[in-house]
Amino acid sequence: MTPTRKKRLYLIAAMVAGVAVATGLALKAFNENLMFFFSPSEVATGEAPEGERFRLGGMVVDGSVQRDPDSLAVTFGLTDYDEAVTVSYTGILPDLFREGQGIVAHGKLNGDGVFVADEVLAKHDENYMPPEVADMMEQRKAKGAQ
Amino acid sequence: MIRYLLPLGIFLVLAVFFAVGLQRDPSEIPSPLVGKPAPEFQLPRLHQPERAIDNAALEGEVSVVNVWASWCVGCREEHEVVKALANSGAAPVYGLNYKDAREDALRWLSHFGDPYTAIAVDRDGDVGIDWGVYGVPETFILDADGVIRYKHIGPMSETDLREKILPVIRELKTEARS
Amino acid sequence: MIAELGHFAVILALLLAVVQGVVPLVGSLRGYVNWTAVARPAATGQFVFLAIAFAALAHAFLTDQFSVAYVAQNSNSALPLAYKFAAIWGAHEGSLLLWVLILAGWTVAVAAFSRNLPEIMVARVISVMGLISIGFLSFILFTSNPFDRLMRAPAEGRDLNPLLQDPGLVIHPPLLYMGYVGLSVAFAFALAALAGGRLDSTWARWSRPWTTVAWMFLTLGISLGSWWAYNELGWGGWWFWDPVENASLMPWLVATGLMHSLAVTEKRGTFRSWTVLLAILAFSLSLLGTFLVRSGVLTSVHAFATDPTRGLYILAFLIVVVGGSLALYAWRSPTIASGTRFGFLSRESLLLGNNLLLLAITAAVLLGTLYPLFYDAMGMGKLSVGFPWFNAMFLLFAPPLGVLMGIGPITRWQHDDAQSLWRRLRLACGIAVLAFLAFALYHHSVDGLKVALGMGLAVWIAATTVVSLRSRVRAGTGLAGKWRILRRQSRSYYGMLVAHLGIAVFAVGVAAVSIWGEERDVRLGPGDEVQVGGYTFLFREVAKVDGPNYRSDMATVTVLNDGTPIATLNPEKRRYNASGQVMTESGVDVGFTRDLYVALGEPLGDGSWSVRIYDKPFVRWIWGGSILMALGGLLAVSDRRYRVARYKAKAEQALHGKPA
Repeated sequence: MTPTRKKRLYLIAAMVAGVAVATGLALKAFNENLMFFFSPSEVATGEAPEGERFRLGGMVVDGSVQRDPDSLAVTFGLTDYDEAVTVSYTGILPDLFREGQGIVAHGKLNGDGVFVADEVLAKHDENYMPPEVADMMEQRKAKGAQ
Repeated sequence: MIRYLLPLGIFLVLAVFFAVGLQRDPSEIPSPLVGKPAPEFQLPRLHQPERAIDNAALEGEVSVVNVWASWCVGCREEHEVVKALANSGAAPVYGLNYKDAREDALRWLSHFGDPYTAIAVDRDGDVGIDWGVYGVPETFILDADGVIRYKHIGPMSETDLREKILPVIRELKTEARS
Repeated sequence: MIAELGHFAVILALLLAVVQGVVPLVGSLRGYVNWTAVARPAATGQFVFLAIAFAALAHAFLTDQFSVAYVAQNSNSALPLAYKFAAIWGAHEGSLLLWVLILAGWTVAVAAFSRNLPEIMVARVISVMGLISIGFLSFILFTSNPFDRLMRAPAEGRDLNPLLQDPGLVIHPPLLYMGYVGLSVAFAFALAALAGGRLDSTWARWSRPWTTVAWMFLTLGISLGSWWAYNELGWGGWWFWDPVENASLMPWLVATGLMHSLAVTEKRGTFRSWTVLLAILAFSLSLLGTFLVRSGVLTSVHAFATDPTRGLYILAFLIVVVGGSLALYAWRSPTIASGTRFGFLSRESLLLGNNLLLLAITAAVLLGTLYPLFYDAMGMGKLSVGFPWFNAMFLLFAPPLGVLMGIGPITRWQHDDAQSLWRRLRLACGIAVLAFLAFALYHHSVDGLKVALGMGLAVWIAATTVVSLRSRVRAGTGLAGKWRILRRQSRSYYGMLVAHLGIAVFAVGVAAVSIWGEERDVRLGPGDEVQVGGYTFLFREVAKVDGPNYRSDMATVTVLNDGTPIATLNPEKRRYNASGQVMTESGVDVGFTRDLYVALGEPLGDGSWSVRIYDKPFVRWIWGGSILMALGGLLAVSDRRYRVARYKAKAEQALHGKPA
């Protein structure tokens, strides 16, 4: 093998290795950033993982929103009308957050079964729930009707 | 040759996924309640809060239940259609006033017109949950036995009225007669 | 009556589109000259009728004709005039009409500026665009007619979605559509060339300026969308990896690759089938963008109409257009001769690297955007891909892209020598590494490393620009001589430099705002103050203010720097009368090196509010960089060689294979 060929071979090998590493890193990052959707019932039955980020959806329980008088901390209940989960959040709630409204929260469950949210989303439409929540309600209904 | 066909192959796989994905639109999910008796309810009436209304009111003839609220934009949009439905005399239209304040509801009706035979007030939305309401407006068609036979999600358009609602009512009426 | 006229005009436009799509194409394949001559008049006619239709819809909006369903759903008599006009493209039906009007506009532009091109080529290009137009016009007429009347006209309209009531949105969709649809020109050129079996450097030369213009609009459209989201959503972010944003970013990434690949094809005659594939891909992603946004397959903050039957139509359309063109590609490409060979270290191979990296980013964005849909389609449940994934992918692919961006313009075509290249670049490389190390040591953290990377790359791009300029003027003697050489450089060369500098400016903005910014969510009552980013924010009061179609709580916040007031901000919380929707309107003090941003959260009783306060250093540079990129594009298309007719003879010759 001539030296130039050898050099080229090394370069190609380095590039292949680079691509492989990049793909591996990408897939790993991808898996880590997948956020699954769970309902309060699934949280109650322990299907939702503790300590891992996921999306929790449901209706805000009427009369459950409690604000800390001195800070932006707030807690509220989130329900699918079978089970309810307490959600704690610090920060500004979206414009369409209100009691009885369907919302989705991103965050983790802590050891006490409280869902600590770092993001709360309400769909920008008064009349309809976020699609996941609507879907979940339909499924619950279907189960109940059987 | 293969490498020139690769993009086409990838695209076709994507297209199949899209086609499947499109079938799963949430507004197309059929309600599990269709074909089942309407869930039990007993609620005050909007105009006469001291009088209650319950399932019995919906039995004996084909009827329509329209879920609405004064805060709902879609309801305003479909209201002319609801009026047309009521005026057509095809079936009595009952209202289910969903999570609304009484004064707001009354003001809304005096402003836009009241086509309803009677209106049940579901202040807290509990009955709505039993009925599988997941957004307003929604419209149910019940047969003479009080069984839910059809559910329309979202505002009704003239076309919906003409091509879905009225034919369903007609069909149920012939069914009841036979 | 005027609405019916508009409807009728759309029908006539569809008929003309059929003529435009079929007659010239058949003529070009059969050699009927008078058939190919139909292309230009048909395109012009179609544009005129669509302009009439658009004017009719505008008339319906401006005169509050709520008997037109689309107007009733998207306008309101209290809506300010400018928004009544913008409401035309505020939802599905009208934005499609705008889309197809822009398509007709591009077609007319192609017809007008292609006098130098062989007639047969022009006929095919205009035909392809006519075929696309058939798809969109029949879509409008059969599923989404904006002129449909309501049998009973409501007294008042539902109002335009408050999210869209912002000056940014008056021009954001038209700009974006100019970009999306502009890519159809490159697509049409590619298909016409494939159909003719002649893919050579002249074809690349013809489609280059069109691609650049489309890319320019896309750049402006996307950055305007980002600016709008920053102002209107009240979260202070400039990019959210929202599916709708991703849908516009993907065509941009591929179009960027296409521009570079076209340059190689034009100058060196290589990459031919690759360039064609990119042209098909770029336009396909534009269509996909339309599909994703319009069908409601994905839901996002952009709450547009959702309707599955429309989705099915667009899917069928996508299969015909994308599937058809990819099939044509698979059929014709193997016959395309590969161009001249190039060395391992050459500008060609660096540009190939750029293309591959851009495609890798596109693939990552596509995966992140579509994976949740696939997962759901397979019935496995609902999930979403968190934004850290997208950020990580950018962090993975953007730095090598930035490095290549610096080397590419300095490397020779075909073959370059590694040692001499290193001699040219070592100074710039040293400066960039120093900048990187300085920022890395200063911040001393993982996030600091990212910032150092961004800053280092920005310095690298700027330094290599200087290297490139210096290497060009070396031949000149004295200042006057050097100046003469600089003046002789082509505008497309300067365009490239400016666009690359735009990336550098953008990188500075992104890096700075990601780490030096400060964000506080606080509870403030009248008279309270808070320190953010070295400034004092004094929350004075919240007053009720009535707008034309909304009621608002408007806060007054005074910003003090060392006790001196420097700005008064008025963030608002608006409640729109017709829809009852609540919107956040942020108050921003704009600056060259920093923005001060205040957004109201919600009232907490006792007169105090939750308030979001940001100090955003260099955030303007993000959009400034984008504007520079677009300016670079403008410079490049104004290059005189695109205006010179002397290539015509050469082109004719290339097309017919013999001297004309």
